[in-house]
Amino acid sequence: MLETAFFYTFGGLAVLGGMGVVLARNTMHSVMSLIFSFFNAAGLFFMLDAEFLGVILILIYVGAVMVLFMFVIMMLEVNTAKLREGFLQYLPTGGLVAAILLIEFVAAANSGVFASDAMTTAAHLGKEVNNTKEIGQILYTQYLLGFEIAAVILLVALVGAVVLTLRTRKDAKYQNISAQVKVRREDRVRMVRM
Amino acid sequence: MIGLSDYLIVAAALFSLGVIGLFLNRKNVITILMCIELMLLAVNINLVAFSHYRADLAGQIFVFFVLTVAASEVAIGLAILVAFYRTRRSAEVEDINALQG
Repeated sequence: MLETAFFYTFGGLAVLGGMGVVLARNTMHSVMSLIFSFFNAAGLFFMLDAEFLGVILILIYVGAVMVLFMFVIMMLEVNTAKLREGFLQYLPTGGLVAAILLIEFVAAANSGVFASDAMTTAAHLGKEVNNTKEIGQILYTQYLLGFEIAAVILLVALVGAVVLTLRTRKDAKYQNISAQVKVRREDRVRMVRM
Repeated sequence: MIGLSDYLIVAAALFSLGVIGLFLNRKNVITILMCIELMLLAVNINLVAFSHYRADLAGQIFVFFVLTVAASEVAIGLAILVAFYRTRRSAEVEDINALQG
């Protein structure tokens, strides 16, 4: 079955990329692994008939967010050797928590709740179904409020990021135009009796 | 045939990797942010899988919103990191103690 093969390829490689994120010694390699993981998750999205979200994941996540990560990593001078201190110290605790979580999730997934016919064999939509169009049709009607709130959140994030990183240099010389316009003759000229 | 539970297991593996990454890389803010991204990706896979197998587009709309919030979170987080690095010349979690928390 081609679909099964693709599922195991995409799923396995996504998990492999996730392991790369956690284990990579170099932060830049972590970013590369995360990009790899995102690409494979986009493949999973395509298999689930969510083409729009798959494309969005590649465009926005790989194209914008991960590039932002790369810029920041290249801007900051980070001592990787020091950051790796205590890496193995927290392995037992973290491994225990993650293993318990994984066991719980897998047990829940295999509990039989999702074993009904509809949950195991969902037919793919035909090629006449336009995923982008359908999302647009309910996004702009039923979920309009949420869409507008998302727009406001993005605007706030944009302004916030600019405000946080904007730095005015103390030593640079600027023209203060309002002060220049408001200046009076008395401020500049002093009559001296000789 | 690939069922819903298979997708849930992949998402569970990704989520657990994100959790274990938070524990292992607790000194590096950038890696912590990336592990959060990994966990959000796992949630998104869950939402899309449920949306497909229940034939309900609402799940995909929610992924859209999660992506929006995650993108703004990364922008703000990295901006804070850059502002912090400018003042303290360091990007380590241990040095972020100005509030004595």
